[in-house]
Amino acid sequence: MASLVGSRVERKEDKKLLTGRGKYTADVTFAHQTYAYFVRSPHARAQLKNVDISKAQKASGVVAVLTGKDIANDKIGGLIAGWRIKSEDGSDMKVPAHPPLANESVNYVGDHVAVVIAESLDEARNAAELVKVDYKILKAVVKTDKAMDSESIYKDIPKNLCFDWLLGDRAKTQEAFDKADKIIKIDLINNRLIPNAMEPRAANADYNPSTEEITLYTTSQNPHLARIIISAFNGVAPENKLRVIAPDVGGGFGSKIYPYAEEVVCSWASKKIERPVKWVADRTESFLSDCHGRDHVTHAELAVKNDGTFLGFKNETIANLGAYASVFGTVTPTYLFGPCATGVYKMPAAYSNVKAVFTNTAPVDAYRGAGRPEATYTIETLVEKAARELGMDPAEIRMKNFPTEFPFQQTLVHSVDSGDYNAGLKKAMEVGDYKGFEARKKESESKGKLRGVGFCSYFEACGIAPSAVVMSLGCGIGLWESAEVRFNPTGNVTVFTGSHSHGQGHDTTFAQIAADRLGVPLENIEISHGDTDKGPFGYGTYGSRSLTVGGTAIVKACDKIVAKGKKVAAKMLEVNESDVEFKDGEFIVAKSNQKKTIGEVAFACYLPGTYGEVKSPLPEGEEPGLKETSFFDPGNFSFPAGSHICEVEVDPDTGNTEVVKYTAVDDFGTIINPLIVEGQVHGGLAQGIGQALYENCHYDDTGQLVTASYMDYTMPRADNFPEFNLGFTCTPATSNPLGTKGCGEAGAIAAPPAVMNAVMNAVGTEVSMPATAEKVWKACQKMNKSNSKAA
Amino acid sequence: MKTFNYHSTKDVKEATKLASSSSAFLAGGMTTLPSMKLGLASYKDIIDIKRIKKLSGIKVSGKTVTIGATTKHAEVAHSKEVKKAIPSLAALAEGIGDPQVRNRGTIGGSIANNDPSADYPSACIALNATIHTNNRKVSAEKFFTGMFETSLKKGELIEAVEFQVPEKSCYKKYPNPASRYAIVGVYVAKHKSAVNVAVTGAKSCVYNDENISGALSKSFSSSALDNVKISSSGMNSDVHASADYRANMVKIFAKKAVEAC
Repeated sequence: MASLVGSRVERKEDKKLLTGRGKYTADVTFAHQTYAYFVRSPHARAQLKNVDISKAQKASGVVAVLTGKDIANDKIGGLIAGWRIKSEDGSDMKVPAHPPLANESVNYVGDHVAVVIAESLDEARNAAELVKVDYKILKAVVKTDKAMDSESIYKDIPKNLCFDWLLGDRAKTQEAFDKADKIIKIDLINNRLIPNAMEPRAANADYNPSTEEITLYTTSQNPHLARIIISAFNGVAPENKLRVIAPDVGGGFGSKIYPYAEEVVCSWASKKIERPVKWVADRTESFLSDCHGRDHVTHAELAVKNDGTFLGFKNETIANLGAYASVFGTVTPTYLFGPCATGVYKMPAAYSNVKAVFTNTAPVDAYRGAGRPEATYTIETLVEKAARELGMDPAEIRMKNFPTEFPFQQTLVHSVDSGDYNAGLKKAMEVGDYKGFEARKKESESKGKLRGVGFCSYFEACGIAPSAVVMSLGCGIGLWESAEVRFNPTGNVTVFTGSHSHGQGHDTTFAQIAADRLGVPLENIEISHGDTDKGPFGYGTYGSRSLTVGGTAIVKACDKIVAKGKKVAAKMLEVNESDVEFKDGEFIVAKSNQKKTIGEVAFACYLPGTYGEVKSPLPEGEEPGLKETSFFDPGNFSFPAGSHICEVEVDPDTGNTEVVKYTAVDDFGTIINPLIVEGQVHGGLAQGIGQALYENCHYDDTGQLVTASYMDYTMPRADNFPEFNLGFTCTPATSNPLGTKGCGEAGAIAAPPAVMNAVMNAVGTEVSMPATAEKVWKACQKMNKSNSKAA
Repeated sequence: MKTFNYHSTKDVKEATKLASSSSAFLAGGMTTLPSMKLGLASYKDIIDIKRIKKLSGIKVSGKTVTIGATTKHAEVAHSKEVKKAIPSLAALAEGIGDPQVRNRGTIGGSIANNDPSADYPSACIALNATIHTNNRKVSAEKFFTGMFETSLKKGELIEAVEFQVPEKSCYKKYPNPASRYAIVGVYVAKHKSAVNVAVTGAKSCVYNDENISGALSKSFSSSALDNVKISSSGMNSDVHASADYRANMVKIFAKKAVEAC
């Protein structure tokens, strides 16, 4: 039987999703359905003096109008920060209360003030206009780098500082800097992004007064986490009385890892009015209230010798958390950022210092790559600058500092189990025809265009683990994953995973793994996820963890099935268990033609006795049934790595920049399904190139979101990209039996520096992200002036 | 969206009779409907004019191209007659919005809305258009009066737009990367008597740039613009492009248009 692992199996889920037969939260409507519309703050910062709901309550179709007072009276808990970070001085981080409906103050445009529940959405929306809110408007704190010098938003949080965190050794780093021939410095902004999942967030909560159970449909990457938070922290219902279902979900990119105020409010309100409550975000609400990503202001320095050897690295970053500490808002700029700050290099000494600040903007949380894109952008633009200043080739300076022996103890935290960074960069230079760049540059010049080339060599840490270590660093959850493999009596299989698919293709990849392991045809395997009433607890999908952690749990559960199957088959075949081998779905007695298929064994497990033709007594002491569960807690992260090379063409008259050639060579260890992996790389690159050239979340000085629609927020489109050249190298991960490494975030991590290095190479001066036409045009004008002065 | 009365008529007189101070004509609805959905506009009466036959269609005579008000952008883009008479006009229509917009949106709707970044107003100015309404004819120059403002009176309905066929012409735009409306769009048209250079996207309302058209009237070549200074005064400034950038792009795109004529 040919192995399915490694083959380009077409995605099983696509027929459903592409023909409109997917079932999303917005598609779910219950009998006696009501509709919720949220009254949101139009101001970035204000005290709530009074919320008058009397007119709204009397409006047509209105069932209930609920405010922050109601939620406080019912003692519903606030939204939580999931990771406690300690400051350099040992003190705990400071976080403000975050009630699901504001009670005393509103702190960003879009903050939740009240909810109107009505028989129809139109009636709810119209009544919401009748809620009269008396705001005392206060001066908003908006800019990341000014937050510490501004008035405190919360009276017990001086300087708007959540924490001042340090990783590494300042003194040792300074010693390294003192020995340097040259110190390369950069100041950069990692631009704030809005996730823009294709499906807006939604929730539909249905409380059954007879059973006191709430069923919550929601757009979640992580239904089990939603259940435990809404139950244990918000206190809406006990865990056994709360079922959370995340059905088909149209993308998340991190923004749907955790529950928001809306899910809490809908669940609570449904219990209050004893009717189902449905809310679906419109696109404007998504822009305003989905958690945003990135938003760092960084100063970084690299100490080098004249021959290009790196001696040390300093990173001083201010990270914007937005108005509240979101669930993974505090870990993103710390443990997901700092440890990766020194990149793929031997770096004798380093530190990362991060000051996280509150501002009157939407909360900031994990967004595809979460911390690692920010780290990679910093080190990779700095390394490229070092190459320019030392007159070295950007590939040469990188190779000079790559580790060649693995496991590689990286400077700040990680012990990287496997990799071959030289092989990756060399392959990227071949695939991308780096040698031919000068000729292509001349050709561009003949058309009046400037051509630039940019490199990025990255590694990233994904599949965060092991639980004991991350919990010791302040993480409020474990990070293992579960799987349950259930043989049905007729021999087909249902696999339950605690991870969740919202575009990743688990129905296909996971089925490939189970099919190979069990020797069952792919079409006989169903993958089930997204329902807390089905399958064991799990931790959902984010941080490129599902395959390495969740896939391994499936492997382990399959192995338990085979182990039991051997015992049963031995009894059926009347031989010793040690004489039975399992191969390609068959239990075979060595050196004989005696065998039982795994389907026959499964059938025997469900019919453990003798009845007519059926003769399948189980071995003594063996339980009937064939279902096994595994919980896998990996010993380490997985560390994908790679090198990307981007070429851009700039029109110096307009500043318009086009990515004309893009090469990505990645090492994701063992690849289960190349088709899906290539799709993941393409998607990541689209988001990474989007950050570099197009996307930018912009608040004005009063905290109004200027880019609150697709009229102003530049989502990249297909015509913004060239055909991508992809290549792969493979050093299998040693931390999981599949040898896989995460692949979902790589493109979004590697592309921004590759693109920006190419832009800066083309125009010859520094440009900040996003490299909009006007910025690039100004850079070209500046270079023209300095060139004409020099002439 | 607030509730409203919907009327559909086959007759211009009836349509204008139904109009009031709280009504809107509905053609493609590409601006009206989103504005209503977002709560930015609400009307008591919506008067759908799509079924009025005489408002749709393209007529080409030797010197003019006349396009009915409810003619869709896609129809103009694909019209063999328009492509032959004024190829730049068909190309402009092909570059508006996306396929959905081009197959719903109409020329009458576009110019009545007079979005400062819309494409069609520049064609009207460059091609000396005459706007035919239900009771008068207005020159394009007098029609576009300000940001989202025209000389249309309440209840007045555009019936057709009559363009003058130029000797040669070209429209070039630099699209906003997000909305793909024009950050700057320049329509250059060389007529027998003079050159028009209509600019959209740059200011609050489309205008004929007299410095550029003056220079081109003397010598129709892109080098004639080398020493023309474009002031950024009165130019739009937003997160996508500053006034200075727009001023520079007006000249760059005027040159590109002349070169492509």
